[in-house]
Amino acid sequence: MIRTGSLLHSTTGALGFVVLLSFLVPVAALAGDPTLAASSSDAVSWWVWPLVLLVVTFVMGIVAVLGGVGGGVLFVPIISGFFPFHLDFVRGCGLLVALSGALAAGPGLLRTNLASLRLAIPAALIASTCAIAGAMVGLALPTHIIQTALGATILGIVALMLMAKKSVLPEVGQADRLSSALRICGVYTEESTGDEINWKVHRTPQGMLLFIAVGVMAGMFGLGAGWANVPVLNLLMGAPLKISVATSKFLLSITDTSAAWIYMNQGCVIAMMVVPSVVGIMLGSFIGVRILRVAKPAFVRWIVIVLLLFAGAKALTKGLGLPFIV
Amino acid sequence: MNTEAMAPESQSEQMLYAKVLGIGMSIGLLTLFITFGLYLSGLLAPAVPHEQVSNYWELGVHEYLEAVNHDHLHLEHPPTGWAWLTLVGKSDFLNFIGIAILGGITIICYLAIVPTLIRKKDHAYVTMALLEILVLTLAASGILAVGH
Repeated sequence: MIRTGSLLHSTTGALGFVVLLSFLVPVAALAGDPTLAASSSDAVSWWVWPLVLLVVTFVMGIVAVLGGVGGGVLFVPIISGFFPFHLDFVRGCGLLVALSGALAAGPGLLRTNLASLRLAIPAALIASTCAIAGAMVGLALPTHIIQTALGATILGIVALMLMAKKSVLPEVGQADRLSSALRICGVYTEESTGDEINWKVHRTPQGMLLFIAVGVMAGMFGLGAGWANVPVLNLLMGAPLKISVATSKFLLSITDTSAAWIYMNQGCVIAMMVVPSVVGIMLGSFIGVRILRVAKPAFVRWIVIVLLLFAGAKALTKGLGLPFIV
Repeated sequence: MNTEAMAPESQSEQMLYAKVLGIGMSIGLLTLFITFGLYLSGLLAPAVPHEQVSNYWELGVHEYLEAVNHDHLHLEHPPTGWAWLTLVGKSDFLNFIGIAILGGITIICYLAIVPTLIRKKDHAYVTMALLEILVLTLAASGILAVGH
């Protein structure tokens, strides 16, 4: 078991290099410069791009699970920054990637009572409505403005990842009136201790207000919004961490549905991009979950932070028309 | 994450939602994989030949639709909204069926739990569920147009 663990640590260490390589090689070889990208598109066989996308999203799926983030938040800045695809298609694809992952995880999370439907329904109504507005604004604004705002948002997410603390079981003295009226509460069994945990939430009106911003950003940038949902549910509203993570994942299946329809109806879906990405992320997540069971790769979180920092800076400079190192 | 499942009466709509979501998600993903296999294999011809797709994905969506329509589809208007339904005979557009199922399953899940919520006289959640159905249907309808 120890040997397996150390092997996995070595594997995840090597994974770090693979991750960086898998993101940087296409950049340098195919997509760094628009003219080079165009000539590369002409020169390479048609199946190379979906294959590269499959491999990169597969690695992304593993890293996302180990780094504790959703696939969408990695997908949009990295693919839009380092691949030749237009941001319109990357955002449409990013939403479908996040949506597929959320739909696949949803049934299990609901059945095990970790995701709470009563907690998700009010938040989803607000976030999905605002995601439509975000998607419409995002598709109406010039690309360089969205690219710049995306870069700034990704750098903000990095700051949030560095600063935000998580609380496994937040102290909630008394449920607020709104959550009491809506009976937002529940019970789950904590596997590690065997204890039955009764949970309730507070500051529900403030939390619901924040889901306006969460929805707008999800729709505008095509990001899954798990990075924002979890802090709101856990740190602000006081839901236990497991409930927050699971409900956030399930919530994406509703929020991203509304935004995805706007992108799809607008024509921002290219099957050759979407399906390899969905398959890659899902297979990667599957492998990532298996690695996660036996390894505790805390450093992968730092790889995610560095990748996001890199991709955020790239998006920002691309939007502003400034030179970038790659 | 091996938490024991609990399904008290108050959670029956949650279990129903999970059941419908599980079925719909499986059908959607399976459809997506099968149609993409047909697309890649070339058994069914695409509207845009495989080797030409990369000529278009660097364009913004409006330029992309104009170019694809001009070069391959020759429709009166570029295919936005549900216009892809008229093109499902082409393997690239056939993939949209799976995507539409994945996009539509949440609406079906909400429709499934409404009768349970009504039976429980859970008026607040009935209202929110109906509003969500309205929001998602509006998004899916294609009525909401966007222009640069």
